[in-house]
Amino acid sequence: MKLWRTSRTGYAKGDMTPMIDMTFQLIAFFMVVINFTEVEQNERIRLPASELAKPPDAPLQSPITIQVTKQDTVIFGGEEMAVTGLRRLLLIERQVIEEPPGRRPSDATIVIRGDQDAETGKIQEVIRVCQEMGFEKFVLRARQEEGI
Amino acid sequence: MSSGGEEQIQLQMTPMVDIVFLLLVFFLMTFKIVAPEGDFNVKMPLAAPTQGRPDDALLPPIQVRLRATDDGRLAGIQMGERPLNSFGELRREIRAIVGDDRGPGSIAEDAEVKLDCDYQLEFKYTIDAITAISGYISPDGRIIRLVDKISFAQPRTPADK
Repeated sequence: MKLWRTSRTGYAKGDMTPMIDMTFQLIAFFMVVINFTEVEQNERIRLPASELAKPPDAPLQSPITIQVTKQDTVIFGGEEMAVTGLRRLLLIERQVIEEPPGRRPSDATIVIRGDQDAETGKIQEVIRVCQEMGFEKFVLRARQEEGI
Repeated sequence: MSSGGEEQIQLQMTPMVDIVFLLLVFFLMTFKIVAPEGDFNVKMPLAAPTQGRPDDALLPPIQVRLRATDDGRLAGIQMGERPLNSFGELRREIRAIVGDDRGPGSIAEDAEVKLDCDYQLEFKYTIDAITAISGYISPDGRIIRLVDKISFAQPRTPADK
């Protein structure tokens, strides 16, 4: 029994055009929507929702992100600690900010990403520790409410 | 150039398709969905005096007290001495005080709200209160700002009730 026809010498040619078209479309889509900005986020933090939380028009000035979990620990620079542990790291942060002459810690903005179930008192403790280190500007982050 | 006219120039597709797929895989890997987030400014100057100081502020800060149950749920809202039933009512009260004038020197520009929350109150209720104080969305979809200056009162300790 002869399974293959040997007389045909040419290759079977698939039409590549639709596949390449689609692939280019996909690449174009991902190129447009990709966002390289390093957003400090943590899946453990579920931000409280607010209808007025709209993405800011201008980026914040020297943002420092502090995340507060619902277990009342703090995540700062990828490290999880108690609120009191923030002091040491904020001191380093402060030295970095003060390095160029004329810049003060009050120029930096502390972004607080608190879990919706975290205690408000804990958030206030974080603010107080930051104040002791000379930081003055704070923003509380919330997630944009769906359906708005 | 072929002289016969039957031979076709074969375009090598393989390297292009390789690169295209590599690019596609790269973009797929680096793609992440980021939920839109927004910020609320909190005014906490370093020398935050607990007693009112008679300077530029024409109005004394509006005190909003949020009380919590032991498990952190909202137990009550109070503006000054008046108990309020909901954040909607708080927004209406704030709106009645600051009015709709947003120009320079208006009450809305000078008004300040001081939040006094129980220690164990869940953060979402604090954000709800801040949302009610900072503004509202008008029927035509615009954000109308009410009070921008929001600060926290002296933090309470967990034992405080």
